[in-house]
Amino acid sequence: MDTNTLQKKANKLRADVLQAVTNANSGHPGGALGMADVWTVLHYKYLNDRPDQPRWEDRDRFILSNGHTCPLLYAVLADKGYFDSSELDHLRELGALLQGHPSTAKGTPGVEFSSGSLGHGLSFSGGVALAGKLDGRTYKTYVSISDAECQEGQTWEAAGVASHKKLGNLCAIVDYNDSQIDGKVSEIQDVAPIKNKWESFGWNVIEIDGHDYNEIDGALQEFNESEDPDGLPTVIISHNVIGKGVSFMEGDYHWHHGVLTPEQLEQAFSELGVS
Amino acid sequence: MAHISPTYKLLKIDEKSFLVFYLTNQGEEVYVSTLVKQREEKVKTRDAYGEVLPRIGEKDEDIVVLTADLAGSTRTKYFAEEFPERFFNVGITEANMMGMAAGLAMEGKKPFVSTFSIFATGKPWEQIRQTIAYQSAPVRIVATHAGLTVGEDGASHQILEDISLMRVLPNMKVIVPADSTQTKAVIERIGKDLSGPVYVRLARAGFPVVYEDCDFEIGKAEVLTEGSDLTIFATGLMVANSLDAADDLADQGISAEVVNVSTIKPLDVDTVLESVEKTGRALTVEEHNVIGGLGSAVSEVVSEGHPVPLKRVGVEDRFGESGPAYELIEHFGLTSDRIAEEGESLLDGEL
Ligand SMILES: Cc1ncc(C[n+]2csc(CCOP(=O)(O)OP(=O)(O)O)c2C)c(N)n1
Repeated sequence: MDTNTLQKKANKLRADVLQAVTNANSGHPGGALGMADVWTVLHYKYLNDRPDQPRWEDRDRFILSNGHTCPLLYAVLADKGYFDSSELDHLRELGALLQGHPSTAKGTPGVEFSSGSLGHGLSFSGGVALAGKLDGRTYKTYVSISDAECQEGQTWEAAGVASHKKLGNLCAIVDYNDSQIDGKVSEIQDVAPIKNKWESFGWNVIEIDGHDYNEIDGALQEFNESEDPDGLPTVIISHNVIGKGVSFMEGDYHWHHGVLTPEQLEQAFSELGVS
Repeated sequence: MAHISPTYKLLKIDEKSFLVFYLTNQGEEVYVSTLVKQREEKVKTRDAYGEVLPRIGEKDEDIVVLTADLAGSTRTKYFAEEFPERFFNVGITEANMMGMAAGLAMEGKKPFVSTFSIFATGKPWEQIRQTIAYQSAPVRIVATHAGLTVGEDGASHQILEDISLMRVLPNMKVIVPADSTQTKAVIERIGKDLSGPVYVRLARAGFPVVYEDCDFEIGKAEVLTEGSDLTIFATGLMVANSLDAADDLADQGISAEVVNVSTIKPLDVDTVLESVEKTGRALTVEEHNVIGGLGSAVSEVVSEGHPVPLKRVGVEDRFGESGPAYELIEHFGLTSDRIAEEGESLLDGEL
């Protein structure tokens, strides 16, 4: 896929997120919109998976730690054909395949990890990456974490262990959008200097503008081409804008969660170029 | 059996005004509460918390408040607006927050610590055990979003194990207010001096208001309606549902006594035993796993003190799931209809 096609795909996914959250009348659209560009390049250009075989043993693993952003995961999985896209209409309903936070309990195809409580995903991913090495498999493990998760102690325990145990097959992607529920991360409880922190924990750090397709591609390519499973784990610090693509949501932490009015939804679709 | 000795004994329930009076050991009548006549209005217990916290904070400069990126959701933001210098949003660092609260408490402050119940009990449990409970540090853990009524966020956020996790800790007190009125009375009480830590369980969704007005004493269970055929011990949201169930049972000629067990620990053993001695049957009802919570607490004292047939209504050792709050209450069998059914079945074949 060329950049133009990928960008269109990202906007379509954003629209799916907004539609699903609006139908559900609750949910977390902001972070999801900000991550859409990076995820699109990862999921449509790099991730080696088989939607018709969700548990294929050699698939690259994609683990969502900041689980509240799951409408984006569901939009990607539906678009790839892991399940019927009509499931998006039932997000958060009683008995739904698509739970309010990702859950393996319902057997949702493509969901690798039950999340929702922040700070757990990097440890889990370390285990998944370690299992791959033990089994001599070449799959790569990608994990999405948020900047606010970098406040949790467990994230740093996991980071230290992953580098010491040489999990070169592990790639963390940080949604560095400077937003959390109560305000800006930099004002509530800063995580800067984030690059130095990851470096001092022994990681290979790549910092990118998460809306610049060249930079996204460069970072993913660098990790993807690294053949040494005993090398340093990689972290991509992606400077994202919360609510990216919709003018009235961009940069506003209040959109961590929230529902659009019908008029706002219409405006959002038109700004995203999706009908 | 080690338990607190009651100061009050039930004297009378005034049916007309819904006032409940208790007789103290000294023989003097003490007002306890006024129940609302029609349980229609729903109010969030977390709203009541948010309202009363700055009011007690203005009278006591030792009160400090901590949250982990949930000032808005836990309603502690109202305290923050009035007393920013005594409010600390520590980001998403719950384990650290508990440790800091212990330090503040040991230095004479009165810390209120608020986040969602899962992150206030489950995530930092060992920090609570070592630095708060073991040291008997008077930390006020006031958690919101407990139970199924979290709703759409689903199982990850719907803790059904918190009462159990906190009850098992030595020195810890466990309080589950029945409604917003009782929440205010609880918060006012725990804002005063405490000998050790306390856990208060609040919710996200609105609960039917049960009390027009009430006093609150730690460790006192309250008989809300008197009955002779069975006792329904309820806590939290299930108090309102149990009162409704008792009304339904009354229509069928079954006389149910409803007891609001708002303090689960220390449990009011005397009130529990006196009630089952009278009715001979016990039903426990809670928005929590049937393991380790109110049902377990009541079973423990009843089986030791005065064994009677007993049933536990709660979530049957499983996780929750996404859905609107009150659909989940129905789905998991915590409605007044279900409570009445279980009450009836306790009597089946025996009358
Ligand atoms: C351990 C834990 N504490 C608190 C919460 C409640 N919570 C959900 S999202 C969130 C903060 C969100 O910040 P971030 O992850 O950076 O997400 P963004 O707003 O950028 O999507 C919080 C505090 C949680 N889910 N898990």
